[in-house]
Amino acid sequence: MTTSPPVDQLGIEERIARLGSRTIKKESKLEALKLALSMIDLTTLDSKDTPGKVRQLCAKAIRPYEAMPDLPSVAAVCVYPNLVRVAKKALQTMAPGCRINVAAVATAFPSGMSSLKFRLEETRWAVQEGADEIDMVISRGKFLAGEHEAVADEIRAVKEACGEAHLKVILETGELGTLDNVRLASDLAIDAGADFIKTSTGKIQPAATLPVTLVMLQAIRDHYYRTGKRVGMKPAGGIATAKLALQYLVVVKETLGQAWLQPDLFRFGASALANDILRQLVKERTGVYQSLDYFTKD
Amino acid sequence: MRNYGIYVDGKFNRTESGRYFQFRAAQGDWAANLCNSSRKDFRDAVTAARGAFAKWSSAAPAARGQLLYQVAEALEGRKAQLSEELQHQGLTAAAAEAEVQASVNRLIYYAGWADKFQQVFSSVNPVASSHYNFSVLEPVGVVSILAPEESPLVGLVSAIAPVIVGGNSCVVLASSSRPLCAVTLGEVLQSAGLPAGVVNILTGFRSELLGQFTSHMDVNGVLYCGEAAEELKTVRENAALNVKRVSHSPRADSSAEEAQGPYAILSFQEVKTTWHPIAT
Repeated sequence: MTTSPPVDQLGIEERIARLGSRTIKKESKLEALKLALSMIDLTTLDSKDTPGKVRQLCAKAIRPYEAMPDLPSVAAVCVYPNLVRVAKKALQTMAPGCRINVAAVATAFPSGMSSLKFRLEETRWAVQEGADEIDMVISRGKFLAGEHEAVADEIRAVKEACGEAHLKVILETGELGTLDNVRLASDLAIDAGADFIKTSTGKIQPAATLPVTLVMLQAIRDHYYRTGKRVGMKPAGGIATAKLALQYLVVVKETLGQAWLQPDLFRFGASALANDILRQLVKERTGVYQSLDYFTKD
Repeated sequence: MRNYGIYVDGKFNRTESGRYFQFRAAQGDWAANLCNSSRKDFRDAVTAARGAFAKWSSAAPAARGQLLYQVAEALEGRKAQLSEELQHQGLTAAAAEAEVQASVNRLIYYAGWADKFQQVFSSVNPVASSHYNFSVLEPVGVVSILAPEESPLVGLVSAIAPVIVGGNSCVVLASSSRPLCAVTLGEVLQSAGLPAGVVNILTGFRSELLGQFTSHMDVNGVLYCGEAAEELKTVRENAALNVKRVSHSPRADSSAEEAQGPYAILSFQEVKTTWHPIAT
């Protein structure tokens, strides 16, 4: 049975409020922007997604901005399971040997409202199709009803179904209600074998927020102190501006240290963020404020 | 002493830079503080203008005209205050009143054009194949306006009205020597119910902001009021970055009838030509 320390909500909020009064400028900003870009899981999770759109997204993942070929690629492309094969093939064709992963949302994303058998089946299928990472959702209904062990068992089962693939566990913090619940769910997921814990599906508001992220990072930190194992973190949904992304990086650095400031341990789940980062990078280079008209949408 | 704000996204704020400059009345010891806007204020204003553009440009032209009538009405209601500010800026009482009246008239003039300029400037073109060929107007997008230095109200209104009546949104840099009425005009626009972000008004210095106003890649047109050759050169060079439309309005008597006309609306319209096959 997992037990979690209580969360100091006011303390968390105060700490986050202080972030708003800081700015990062010049070279540090440039480096941080490039780092943030390399940590993005470029995501498309619309029911209207097509293979064409996914291929386009992959091209952007490899080379985010044609005019600046020195920029890093993003960390991964995140799609629905039925488009994993398309993404995998597109990446291999366009950039053989690239290190960009393909992440698939699975387990009846975004609700998770299906039988465990089906969810495990979907996970195995996504891995078979070529997914390097699986983003699963927890059963929020069960969690909120107090069936914490059942939730943990499900995560363990999905982890097993993943095999070699990395598992990211989506807590959907927007539905958990309190920061104490966020902490408890984080601890559950970490103990059950999550490689990453992730805030949200992006389908529910509020999605990722800084206070929620800080609580999850503290859970990761405490687990590291206890076991020496490093679990990754992925805030997702609602992070659309470079400025906000930099604030996330500051929280990570302050809570977990330099070791986590790399794509293997920290990701942004985002679609619009990449373009805002690019806009800032081009602005730093040219000195002129940029327009989204000059960046590819997908 | 009164502190004037800047009008961005439908709200009155102080400049993010925390810098101010003082305006001293032409006569007497009346003075006011005004925001010395920074490039970040401008960037935020462009974001607001871009956000407002989609809805404003797709609103029915008649509705845009209606809003301009309402602005004219609200402006008339603020006659006393505007006239006082104009006097602080050096006009006589009679001249101030005349300037406010001319501004009201100017707004009504452009309000009337809202649903008519398309008929005047659009065309069905003769072509040698079996097509209908139409040319229609579309607003260019976000326009930055460097307002006239000398004519603080009627000149300002004459710069803004044709830009927004055509469906554009705009960011305005008010006259730095005569900035009072510009902020009050913002209050008028707000109380008349103009949607937030369609007009954004900054106060500050042209010498500092000219580069930003003309180089921002999300700005699609520049209206430059003035006659400084060096400034005009900067405007034209920077505008070339993303091929902004440039309109130059030299110093003139803004309240004269010749200062108004539908061509001011046309300055910030793109012409879209469509070929439509004729079924035979």
